[in-house]
Amino acid sequence: MNRIDQKFRENKKLLSIYFSAGFPSLEDTVPILKNLQTAGVDMVEIGLPFSDPLADGPTIQASSTQALRNGMTTEKLFTQLEGIRKHIEIPLVLMGYFNPMMQYGIEKFCSRCESIGIDGIIIPDLPVDVYHENYKVLFDKHGLYNMFLITPQTSESRIKYIDKVSNGFIYMVSSASVTGAKSTFGNTQTEYFKRIATLKLNTPTVIGFGISNRETYKTASDQSKGAIIGSAFIQFLEKEGVEKIGSFIKSIRG
Amino acid sequence: MNYNVDEKGYYGDFGGAFIPEMLYPNVEELRDNYLKIAAEPGFKKEFDTLLKNYVGRPTPLYFAKRLSKRYNTKVYLKREDLCHTGAHKVNNTIGQILVAKRLGKTRIIAETGAGQHGVATATVCALMGIECIVYMGELDIKRQAPNVARMKMLGAEVRPAKSGSKTLKDATNEAIRDWINNPINTHYIIGSVVGPHPYPDMVARFQSVISEEIKWQLQALEGRDYPDHLIACVGGGSNAAGLYYHYLNDQRVNIIAVEAAGKGIDSGKSAATSALGKEGIIHGSKTLLMQTSDGQITEPYSISAGLDYPGVGPMHANLFRSKRAEFISIPDQEAMDWGLTLSQMEGIIPAIETAHAFAALDVRKFNPEEIIVFNCSGRGDKDLDTYIDYFKL
Repeated sequence: MNRIDQKFRENKKLLSIYFSAGFPSLEDTVPILKNLQTAGVDMVEIGLPFSDPLADGPTIQASSTQALRNGMTTEKLFTQLEGIRKHIEIPLVLMGYFNPMMQYGIEKFCSRCESIGIDGIIIPDLPVDVYHENYKVLFDKHGLYNMFLITPQTSESRIKYIDKVSNGFIYMVSSASVTGAKSTFGNTQTEYFKRIATLKLNTPTVIGFGISNRETYKTASDQSKGAIIGSAFIQFLEKEGVEKIGSFIKSIRG
Repeated sequence: MNYNVDEKGYYGDFGGAFIPEMLYPNVEELRDNYLKIAAEPGFKKEFDTLLKNYVGRPTPLYFAKRLSKRYNTKVYLKREDLCHTGAHKVNNTIGQILVAKRLGKTRIIAETGAGQHGVATATVCALMGIECIVYMGELDIKRQAPNVARMKMLGAEVRPAKSGSKTLKDATNEAIRDWINNPINTHYIIGSVVGPHPYPDMVARFQSVISEEIKWQLQALEGRDYPDHLIACVGGGSNAAGLYYHYLNDQRVNIIAVEAAGKGIDSGKSAATSALGKEGIIHGSKTLLMQTSDGQITEPYSISAGLDYPGVGPMHANLFRSKRAEFISIPDQEAMDWGLTLSQMEGIIPAIETAHAFAALDVRKFNPEEIIVFNCSGRGDKDLDTYIDYFKL
């Protein structure tokens, strides 16, 4: 069974962390993964940096740019992740824009992911229909899940379509916004979380974008299977460093 | 073969809408409505009236006598440089502001490189009394001070794009992020035939008035409604798309696209996407773009700020791959020399972008009886500082 499915069967709210591979330093990828697992994180999204990350706010953009300056490439990341399954048991998801994957070669990309033990991929700029028409066969062949996003503007019929074709989980974007930490959620967001919860989708949902502290984590995971933190974690890494990751996770979960 | 867009938004292998889900409702709304709106009699009437009375259309098709004599062929110039605001860009912004109004949008955003599209957008927003925000790379703001001032005079807010390389591609990224953050009340006026479907087709349609006029103008001047060659410069490719539009499927007409070679194709400082680009995704469109082997988008270079886009519109990528169009690239120096040549032989100071197109006359042979139509896409006022520096005027 895919590790993502296994994890989502556990009777608990999940905490997932996103970081840009190659940031703060090029070789931080593996130490960050180890510290996140030790701290009790349930799943990790490893960001493949891109020069033009359309859907990202300033924090993730800046960490991407720095990672590229540090020398991160698709091949470099795969090399760093060779043998990672000796140390890491939690689900690992790669998250990145489509162009670098295309240049690497989609088939080769999927095959490397499989041999490393990557469980799924999130590609914000690859639409559901294009994925189904052209790439699903390849992903399936290599046992990879591809997770899709929904937003407060996504129509109910489209949400149901995405639910029908989804594996793993649905990534619920918390508000009409690019990525970035927010300190609280307003009524609009809470209403949206509730609206989706009442749809009783088959695929579990996790909420991301704007989760930054215990309060936003709790609000989000109350109405879903869990939440993803990106920008706030990257800000922490930049300030406090890789060694102190445990204290960040503690501040979220208590 | 059909060189127009297909029902899925593709030109051959290129095009489509590779957009984050956050943009899907915005793009879907536009995709479902742009053709309907553009076909409304009320829309057509308002569009045509503004093009006539505000932009100054039809623009002349001018027979360039001295150039024709020197190159022993028939050279015509489609005078888009005479449009209000100084270039063809305004054809598109007029069309899009009318679409935005009909979609009930109350806020306009745009990206700009050299500032021409920003000025054309600020102009139509002033005309309609709609809030206007133009994203411009921080570096470009410094390089294009007069256009920044124009936009401000027209009431637009110019927001610096500080991410990445701080130029056009980053301004485009920032505009897209703004649209993600403001999905309900905002329309994004893209300035070229780039971006996710339906933008390349919508912008090409609004620019197609260029070749629509050429048809009847040539008929009157030459007794036939088509030329032998059409020549335009291509950055993203909007003036070229307008010039080619009504002749795309007319094989009697040879299509020539001129890109900016910058300091030379192999110099690492170039914007010749057809020569240097590979298939990939930029700004929501599958097309040819300049990138590293790792798929990171690289920064193009040209002395003309309007041609230094790292990609090319999907229509043009298809014209290149299918060999429907000839692509040539012209270095800075030859383009600058043509700026001077056109000024002194025809009394027309062209934009540096436009000057690139004319250099095709030196690269390629034309027969005496052949009719060539150049898109004289913009005037050179905005480039005076560059001309002054270059020629020590």
